[in-house]
Amino acid sequence: MTALRVEGLFKVFGRHPAQAVDRLRAGAGADEIRASGATPAVIDVDLAVEPGEIFVVMGLSGSGKSTLLRMLNGLLEPTAGTVHVGEDEITALSGKPLREVRQRRISMVFQHFALLPHRSVLDNAAYALEVRGVDRRTRQAAAREALTMVGLGGQAAKRPDELSGGMQQRVGLARALASEADVLLMDEAFSALDPLIRREMQDQLLELQARLGKTIVFITHDLNEAMRLGDRIAIMRDGRVVRLGTPESILNDPGDEYVERFLADVDRSRVFTAADVMVPAVTVPVDVAPRAALDALRGRGGSALAVVDGDGCLVGVVTASDLLASSGVVAAAVRPPAARVAATASLAELLGPAGASDAPVVVVDDAGRPSGVVDSRAVLAALAGAESDGRPPAGSVGDHAELLEGSRG
Amino acid sequence: MAEPTTVLAAEDSPLPRIPVGDWIDSGLDWVRENFAPAIDAVSDVTLAAVDGLTDLLLFLPPLVLALFLAVVGLLARSVVFAVGSLAGLLLIQSMALWTESMETLALLLVAVLVSVAVAVPLGIAAAKSDRVSAALRPVLDFMQTMPAFVYLVPGVVFFGLGVVPGTIITIIFALPPGVRLTELGIRQVDRETVEAGHAFGSSPGQILRGIELPLARPTIMAGVNQVIMLGLSMAVIAGIIGAGGLGGVVSRSISRLDVGLGFEGGLAVVILAIYLDRLTASFGGSGQGRRGIFAALAQRRRRPPSAPPATADPTTGTTPQPAPEPAGRR
Repeated sequence: MTALRVEGLFKVFGRHPAQAVDRLRAGAGADEIRASGATPAVIDVDLAVEPGEIFVVMGLSGSGKSTLLRMLNGLLEPTAGTVHVGEDEITALSGKPLREVRQRRISMVFQHFALLPHRSVLDNAAYALEVRGVDRRTRQAAAREALTMVGLGGQAAKRPDELSGGMQQRVGLARALASEADVLLMDEAFSALDPLIRREMQDQLLELQARLGKTIVFITHDLNEAMRLGDRIAIMRDGRVVRLGTPESILNDPGDEYVERFLADVDRSRVFTAADVMVPAVTVPVDVAPRAALDALRGRGGSALAVVDGDGCLVGVVTASDLLASSGVVAAAVRPPAARVAATASLAELLGPAGASDAPVVVVDDAGRPSGVVDSRAVLAALAGAESDGRPPAGSVGDHAELLEGSRG
Repeated sequence: MAEPTTVLAAEDSPLPRIPVGDWIDSGLDWVRENFAPAIDAVSDVTLAAVDGLTDLLLFLPPLVLALFLAVVGLLARSVVFAVGSLAGLLLIQSMALWTESMETLALLLVAVLVSVAVAVPLGIAAAKSDRVSAALRPVLDFMQTMPAFVYLVPGVVFFGLGVVPGTIITIIFALPPGVRLTELGIRQVDRETVEAGHAFGSSPGQILRGIELPLARPTIMAGVNQVIMLGLSMAVIAGIIGAGGLGGVVSRSISRLDVGLGFEGGLAVVILAIYLDRLTASFGGSGQGRRGIFAALAQRRRRPPSAPPATADPTTGTTPQPAPEPAGRR
């Protein structure tokens, strides 16, 4: 069951909108329609947003993204097409049934916060429940809880204009959360905030999302933000969705020149994670002989081995050259990895350690067991946008193995 | 040969003489004949309201009422304003114009009440519908630019002389700014905030009451303020048709060329005007910039209990700051 389904959605402003839709369907270009006095804002959009995902719609101003968002909760009526929230067809509703869907199913966060300046922060956060007719005590309790969730527990009695921009948007977020709707529409929600606060809010949103698992449709013109937040991203241009996919897939395959030009500005180190560039860890126990370790390295491919103790927990790493230089057991050659990181760590977090040590970075799970090894060259390749094949850099393992063979003979 | 040139010009005009005045006359006659009971009813109600309010205002001893009005000023604004208005009101009494002033005040209050009750809904309708707005605009233009004295004639034709036509024409004359500023205020409410109301499923009524009217309040209050000011000027002009009060004093002074009396009447009007203007202006603030003791109390209520109590600075009316206790104060 999709949380939000959009089918064949059109919105045309101006004269003879229905006629314009027919012509667009017949293959007319947007410029042609514009010449006839109508303005197509959204053209033939199909989307399916899954429950619990953050779906980002990204586009420049005038691309139709805000118009699209406003059709999702019926603030704008589409010229053609349907929108389903769960099993309810929003586009078929009006009046009271539509208001009920908005009260219970779908809430919204606005670019300029849209708080009521004459009400306290608490009453603002309780607004959605008040509209629904929830009694004062219950709605204030829910609002307090939502405010605590966004870190504003102590500000309940203040007026919105006594708060900073970031805090005001937190009130906006709390208002949307307090409504208990499972679909959350966010219209350029962080665009009006300064960069530091924006990052903070993005982190908080991700953290809340991990806890609450809402379905979020997030509109932005900032591709970095889209890449950071989105489970999937739809890129809009002139009313059409020109690219739809996960951040990684869009980065790896922009699809067309327009998207590619966007991607030039993306901070790739924040999009890709350790999991994207690691190769599966080859583990050996501490007490194995260097010879067997080298065999393992050669057999599986990779620049280094993860050495583990009896519980499978990471002890350290050895590279081929370490093994060659050492005599006796592997334990003597083991050295600490450049860093131990989680699979979700961004490349930005790997850059420092990877540059500071020639040992690889090891990706460990929660129990401390190694799951992958990240070579610094793979990090650089990912940053450069080159397709990483996950193979070790040429001339590392094989050559050393040959050397060892040679030295033996 | 010595014919006045203006008459010649009119007779020579290629355009026909359009008898607009005659049409208005016959239209008024028709209304008067066909709506006589309605006119009588309006007349009776208006008279009862104005007389009742006048009696109420005059029932209290002038000193008590003046003190009461000063206290209202203190609560709404500041000590300076309260002292000033007390002095002004006492001056009115010392000029022996108290009764006349209260008559004018009663007429004005009734007229303003009706004006606002009509103007605000009309303004809301105009803000909601471009068509209503377009239809109202020329009517309001007409009402506002028509010279004030022109209203007197139909007023007398319908309601005779006295307080009733005075009140009715004051209502009509004072109405336009109330409509205009209400429309403006509601149209100026941030679009996104109204959208937020819709997005959370508010009904149109909830949006009007909970979002649009509160956010438009400063502008609407500016409109009410203008209604009062225009109403006061008309209430004085209405003295010519026997509405009494300060208008009566002024028109008497004109007919007798009594400069002193005219000045006294005018001064009383000015005092009333300033009092009402400042008083209503203090209700127009956004809540934050509001001065006076109401605002200080509201601030104190909003403060967490641990914070030091707010002390309002009545002389400057600045936002209360927690001030250190002066030494030696118990």
